[in-house]
Amino acid sequence: MAINQLTVFVENKQGALVQITEALAAVNVDIRALSIADTQEFGILRLIVNNNEAATAALNDLGYIIKNIDVVGVKIGDAPGKLSKALDVLDKSGINMEYLYAFLTRTEKHAYVVIRVADNEAAEAAFTAAGFHIITDADVAKL
Amino acid sequence: MEQRYYQPEIETMPVEEIKKLQSEKLVKQVRHVYDHVPYYRALMEERGVKPEDIKGIEDIARLPFLTKADLREAYPTGLLAVPQKDCVRIHSTSGTTGRRVVAFYTQHDVDLWEDCCARAIMATGCTDEDVCQVAYGYGLFTGGSGLHGGSHKVGCLTLPMSSGNTERQIQFMMDLGATLLCCTPSYAAYLGESLKEMGYKPEDNKLKAGIFGAEPWTEEMRRGIEASLGIKAYDIYGLTETSGPGVAFECSEQKGMHINEDHFYAEIIDPDTGEVLPEGSKGELVFTSLDKEAFPLLRYRTRDICVLTREPCACGRTHIRMSKPMGRSDDMLIIRGVNVFPSQIETVLLKEGYSPNYQIVLDRVNNNDTFDVNVEMNPDQFVDTVGGLTKQEKALAAAMKTMLGINPTVHLVSPKSIVRSEGKAVRVIDKRKLF
Repeated sequence: MAINQLTVFVENKQGALVQITEALAAVNVDIRALSIADTQEFGILRLIVNNNEAATAALNDLGYIIKNIDVVGVKIGDAPGKLSKALDVLDKSGINMEYLYAFLTRTEKHAYVVIRVADNEAAEAAFTAAGFHIITDADVAKL
Repeated sequence: MEQRYYQPEIETMPVEEIKKLQSEKLVKQVRHVYDHVPYYRALMEERGVKPEDIKGIEDIARLPFLTKADLREAYPTGLLAVPQKDCVRIHSTSGTTGRRVVAFYTQHDVDLWEDCCARAIMATGCTDEDVCQVAYGYGLFTGGSGLHGGSHKVGCLTLPMSSGNTERQIQFMMDLGATLLCCTPSYAAYLGESLKEMGYKPEDNKLKAGIFGAEPWTEEMRRGIEASLGIKAYDIYGLTETSGPGVAFECSEQKGMHINEDHFYAEIIDPDTGEVLPEGSKGELVFTSLDKEAFPLLRYRTRDICVLTREPCACGRTHIRMSKPMGRSDDMLIIRGVNVFPSQIETVLLKEGYSPNYQIVLDRVNNNDTFDVNVEMNPDQFVDTVGGLTKQEKALAAAMKTMLGINPTVHLVSPKSIVRSEGKAVRVIDKRKLF
């Protein structure tokens, strides 16, 4: 069920992000969501894209370290309090979260959160039980 | 300044007499080594040299060299030339697991080493009225013991502080009126800064002189230490393989270090061909212990590049002088006083499952060495959290600390991001400009 996150190791060097985004543009990859965790020396770029294979190949060609990992994508309504409701689900189920980021789409009146947990299935089950909709890679490609 | 000598008859001995003394000692020493060190006897036999071929110091070039590789091969007792029961002590080189050198000493060897250090102390003008603060590390490292013993021989009041604990160093320095400070130059600089931070002026301490060695330092650093402590700073040279500090020391002229050549015979060779070069040539320094009993290395290649001169020195000493080392003929680095070979970093990386693509970056900030190691990450080592990567960096630094004895800062970097010139990675970037 989970969605694929493209995770890229980026050294804090000028132009690195430009190079990555240009490479993705060149193969017609749309970025749906992104988040960067950074320290003084390196950054970890996390991307949700509409075409994983094309993006992975393009960044591999440039020599980047990439990891494709599964994360949980949850559709939440775009209204105050929705995110905290979603997080409350995890909290009540005792599931620890490593990180999360959110995105909106142009077409739907919905927000989405991408959540990294140790046990995707448990998180998805908890969300589904609480009435949330879990998104898939196929959903992401259509967004 | 009034010249003071610890052993004036030797330190100012006419050169011809020194050569005669060296010849006598060498002939005896070669026989001693040949008879008691099978490892070296085999090297001599390989070269077809017999002890009777060595009739004087002029024949020394016929003897085979010893290198660090030999010392490793013969570890721990393969070069020991006396029964172990005749030894009273060992010392060992810092840090390095695979390359550790263990040197043995008889009481005679300790005495001659301490004599050398006593000469260095008196060359600074100090006498039995002085208070000598030894802030070199004590223990396996030779620095503390050597200067400690020399200080005893001179009759100074010796403060056996060992290294570190700066607050206590300063308290004893001030309360007991230390007049001579012995430590690494970087620690001397650090003490100077600490004194300033505590509100002391250079004239507030009673220090007159300092003897600083065990790591490379520049003239600029010397002036800085002299100004911050209000002293004259003297260089000292030595290595565990030959005994420790005191193999050579600076006099008040500060124009090179006098080699205690009644005990240690110095040669300069071409590091590529092994050919002995004439006086004044720049090349690799080679030492022969002329009268050490337990661990008498003959023609030991130090890998330090320097120049020798026998030009008369205004201090009255006749012993040959060596320049400050100007570099190395191998890839050994001296970081915070510790010997580090890049290959040791490689060993750790392979053992920990990392790629052997790394780069050491050295710099000196406020007179202290910074030591960074960039390591190219394997794709399977990449994790998607900052905490995960930081944890890996720390674990790798800890493994290197275990191997080297000093702590680097490890940075994981992208594959192929370390600059390669002509296909070969540049392993070391040394920005310290020490030579």
